[in-house]
Amino acid sequence: MTLRDILNKLLGQQKTSASTARERLQLVLAHDRSDLSPELLDQMKREILEVVSKYVEINIDEGAVSLETEDRMTALVANLPIKRSLPTTNSGVDS
Amino acid sequence: MATNTRIILICSGKGGVGKTTLTANLGIALARQGAKTAVLDADFGLRNLDLLLGLENRIVYTAQEVLEESCRLDQALVKHKQEPNLALLPAGNPRMLDWLKPEDMQRIVSMLSDQFDYVLIDCPAGVEDGFKNAVSATKEAIIVTNPEVSAVRDADRVIGLLNTHGVNPVQLVLNRVRPKMIASQEMLSVDDVTDILALPLLGLVLEDEQVIVSTNRGEPLTLTGSNSPAARCYSNIARRMQGEDIPLLDPSKEGSGMRDKFIRLMQTKIF
Repeated sequence: MTLRDILNKLLGQQKTSASTARERLQLVLAHDRSDLSPELLDQMKREILEVVSKYVEINIDEGAVSLETEDRMTALVANLPIKRSLPTTNSGVDS
Repeated sequence: MATNTRIILICSGKGGVGKTTLTANLGIALARQGAKTAVLDADFGLRNLDLLLGLENRIVYTAQEVLEESCRLDQALVKHKQEPNLALLPAGNPRMLDWLKPEDMQRIVSMLSDQFDYVLIDCPAGVEDGFKNAVSATKEAIIVTNPEVSAVRDADRVIGLLNTHGVNPVQLVLNRVRPKMIASQEMLSVDDVTDILALPLLGLVLEDEQVIVSTNRGEPLTLTGSNSPAARCYSNIARRMQGEDIPLLDPSKEGSGMRDKFIRLMQTKIF
């Protein structure tokens, strides 16, 4: 973020178009590079959350699973705030 | 026979970003610096390199006749009158696309590398067969892109494909840079593009109306010894290719008045 971006924010003006371009590119390239469609990514997110919530209670509203990309490496980043761990009997291991 | 011929593909993915203009200008600039240079028009569907070099009326044979062995390579090569170190191998009929194979492209390029120090291949836009044929014959590549989202996205796609084909090194030329728009943060900066694409920057070319004037005339800017901004950028890129240490132009350093200083202050990255 630049000084101008901050001033714009304070004055309630729009972001500069260059920073919008940067953000849009980073998002679209993360998808292009991983060859994942947004639908598949959504499905993966849901399944990851399901699995994780078998073991710990997470705050789904604040959780975020996203693709981030840096230096041509794409990483799947999950940020899932844990409320508390669940008792072992409830760990989701059925049978 | 030139043993260390540099075979360089000039590609972009997206059309209209300046591949052919860069090929023509680098070809002339390298030739003027004394390197024997061949430019190969690999855009068989929509050839234009002949036009930008002003050689369109001097074509007798093309790559097609060379491949069919109905003429010798030196009969097809069009030597530039003012710059005899430069020769163009014109693209053949668009119907060549029906039968052209990667091996054909490799054969042409290997014939050229016997005689030249540099072989610059003007790649077609897109990532289909024309691109794949051209990639199969190259060792290194220059990616041309503009500071625009669509051009950068397509460049990223092409970089991925070049990596898979083992092309190395791959360098970046950022074309049509407008320092004023970058200063007011309404255009992706040079750093933005190099960060996103993670490629070494071979050079940048400033937006310049003279490019249109020169293509109208069929005389690349580097041929006329013009001192226009783009002409200087093109020659600098050619000199860097030859191993000279020429510092990169910093668009944010253009202009030194109070207004420019203020604009630069507003660009300061906080986090």
